[in-house]
Amino acid sequence: MQKCAIELKNIRKTFGPVVANDGINLQINRGEILCLLGENGSGKTTLMNMLSGIYQPDSGSIYAEGEEIFIRSPHDAYKYGIGMIHQHYHLVDVFTAAQNIVLGLDEKLDIAAVNDKVKSICERYGFHVDPRKKIYDMSVSQKQTIEIVKVLYRGAEILILDEPTAVLTPQETDKLFAVLRNMKADGKAIVLITHKLAEVLSVSDKVAILRKGKYIATVNTKETNQQQLTDMMVGRSVTLNIDRPKYEKPEDKLVVEGLTVTDREGIKRLDNVTFTAKSGEILGVAGIAGSGQKELLESISGLYPVSSGSIRFINNQGTQVELVGKTPLQIRQVGVGMGFVPEDRLGMGLVGSMGMTNNMMLRSWRNGKGIFFNRRNPEDLARKVWDNLEVVTPSTEFPVRRMSGGNIQKVLVGREIASRPPVLLTAYAVRGLDINTSYAIYNLLTEQKMSGSAVLYVGEELDVLLELCDRILVLCAGKVSGIVDARNTTKEEIGLLMTTVGGSKEEN
Amino acid sequence: MAETTKKTPFVRLAKRELTSPAKAWGIRALSILIALIIGSIPIMLVGVNPVSAYGVIVQGSLGKSIYLQQTIKIAIPLLGCALAIAPCFKMRFWNIGAEGQLTAGAIGASAIAFYFGKSLPSAVSLPLMLIIAALFGGLWGLIPGFFKAKYNTNETLFTLMMNYIAIGIAAWLQGGPWEGRPGTQIIDTFDAKTFLPKVFGVHAGWIIVLVIVVFMHIYMTKTKHGYEVAVIGDSENTARYAGMNVGKIMMRTMFLSGAIAGIVGFVVISGANHTLTKGVAAGVGFTAITVSWLSHLNSYVMIAISLLLAIISKGSSTLNQRLGVPASVAEIVSGILLFCMLSCEFFINYKLIFRSKESKEVSE
Repeated sequence: MQKCAIELKNIRKTFGPVVANDGINLQINRGEILCLLGENGSGKTTLMNMLSGIYQPDSGSIYAEGEEIFIRSPHDAYKYGIGMIHQHYHLVDVFTAAQNIVLGLDEKLDIAAVNDKVKSICERYGFHVDPRKKIYDMSVSQKQTIEIVKVLYRGAEILILDEPTAVLTPQETDKLFAVLRNMKADGKAIVLITHKLAEVLSVSDKVAILRKGKYIATVNTKETNQQQLTDMMVGRSVTLNIDRPKYEKPEDKLVVEGLTVTDREGIKRLDNVTFTAKSGEILGVAGIAGSGQKELLESISGLYPVSSGSIRFINNQGTQVELVGKTPLQIRQVGVGMGFVPEDRLGMGLVGSMGMTNNMMLRSWRNGKGIFFNRRNPEDLARKVWDNLEVVTPSTEFPVRRMSGGNIQKVLVGREIASRPPVLLTAYAVRGLDINTSYAIYNLLTEQKMSGSAVLYVGEELDVLLELCDRILVLCAGKVSGIVDARNTTKEEIGLLMTTVGGSKEEN
Repeated sequence: MAETTKKTPFVRLAKRELTSPAKAWGIRALSILIALIIGSIPIMLVGVNPVSAYGVIVQGSLGKSIYLQQTIKIAIPLLGCALAIAPCFKMRFWNIGAEGQLTAGAIGASAIAFYFGKSLPSAVSLPLMLIIAALFGGLWGLIPGFFKAKYNTNETLFTLMMNYIAIGIAAWLQGGPWEGRPGTQIIDTFDAKTFLPKVFGVHAGWIIVLVIVVFMHIYMTKTKHGYEVAVIGDSENTARYAGMNVGKIMMRTMFLSGAIAGIVGFVVISGANHTLTKGVAAGVGFTAITVSWLSHLNSYVMIAISLLLAIISKGSSTLNQRLGVPASVAEIVSGILLFCMLSCEFFINYKLIFRSKESKEVSE
């Protein structure tokens, strides 16, 4: 068996006037983890979609075992042992894991045999899956596991994972990487699409870099470092540090006292949460996924019912306004902006079929005279976001649904920041964004802070929280386990608080 | 490995990024031409020369001013209902109840004509009929809108069922309380004071629908309401997140939609029929769905599409009279036309790429 499983030669793919891939050469080897690195819209996903039979290349050739092949459909891809795990999962909610795994397979359905085979795959690579569990009962990481088992079940030898860690917690990511290493040891070829350089360096053997649809180089992970990879990806030298100026006169902006919320099952999602957000500071919110971050932001913005406690906004005149009991619209009018980036970007924050301008209008459409809306201001704003955040799109009227994931996020974050609210709530503002754009967003948040806003930043990467924020509030199981000064703390301290329920509180 | 997978596929589909409007309309024009060619087969089968048949259709619908007037008369309710449906469809609220909303409006207008037609002057009765018709149609549309907003009922079934109820009420009025000579099951013709005046030989309904065309275009593209409707059509969650009251907007849009259909009901009663029958809508509410859809919900394009359908409808009755072509054949031809026009949208969104010569050589 040859070492090289798949080879791509001179692949080119265009979508109308947009050249998504041009002159791509890639070698995917057995027993290796290859990371595909590139900024948003650099053509990583397009390239992999050609391997999995979703698109056909315009020109160029694909070789398997030294022989040219044509992959015309995902079904074909399976025949060549190629399996892709997409960013968005394709699972039927009301089916069990096992039913989803065999869905679409042309074989006699023997669910007991399927369960056994699934179990044996899981044992081999160190997964934990209950084949009888329904999808709707599963967490995001469990769903991802099902997707992986699904392609392994079909005998995939080459696995492509498109940003698998974007939705995982650090612990889940470690688990996934352990599995990937097991597969590598088993002789499978693995392609990983990711933005997170730390992950690239820790898990991969080789890194292939794409930039603006063109192939740049493939380097051995051992012989490279974070700075070199970033420079190759961006095409110029970039500095990777966040400026953290200190704001002179911080004032209390948002006072949360004894906030408690319960979900539909009666479980306390937030328990007696008390903190104060000040103008001119970024208050980070850290915690293991599902510790109440989402509920915190949603209850402040009026999207989640509050059981008890108070949330008060203090306006410029020093008057306190109680937010509990107000509608989301009233809360926004008071001056609390939501830069809440939902997991499903299009489903909640944006209108997919509309262009940037009309999406900007989602915040301001009420402002027009009489019954008519005003389109000029949103248009100006769209152009500003387009320029400042370097959104890749043919025009401000181009439907956002057809942009790449990162660009969609830029539109969303850009709009929320642009309204310059006295209190800005952001969650996962850089999820799925590449380095360059992430830093652009960090700078925008810092600008917001220096203009006197109180910024709440719910983040995933502790390193970023430590560099960006002034104070960090740590949540654990819905309780505040500590509020620490970000300048005088360590990753270890926060990590400890994240797992200590109701740890010692210290207010600054 | 199967032999076929060794080659690139003979033909494959690719989504077109942005088709220029000119090209898109070119493809649509071509589809009409293809439809006419295919449509000539059934015409030839009944032994008629298709060229002369098409000539008769055009001549019989546009050839004389009286024919043209009749064609326009057919197009008016079609256009009006297509306009009524458009905002609902934009909202992805599948209102297939224009038929019933039109009937409800017609009942409202008829009530005024029946009870006050003789006593009130035209200047009072006509505006009153229009307002009551809009109110009746609007309320008829509001009912499914309310239940959708409050209880998330299925609007398709609900609006469809509402059609039969409205038609049933009209039938009851026709055979019961409003019946003219006992036993006839017919309502007497209303007083002439309730008739819409003629302008250029056609009842003034055409002016009313043209006003609605402009109104609807502005409403959908320039107003806050239109924007809200478009956002809900894409994603209800996004709309809620932006602070829109989705239920309220749904009910409001359904009221508007029903009201316009109701006005069409008034136009039909006062302009054309001068009496109420249970068949007052005559399927227009359903055909209007096709018009709306073919026009991509664009008000101005609806004028052209509804005229085209009216031309075929008027022309084929002439065809029947002059060349003895059965009406069913004319219906087959118009079916082929609609089929081609709807399916051409596929070629506007996708292009076919045939296997190029080079890649053939490689694979051999």
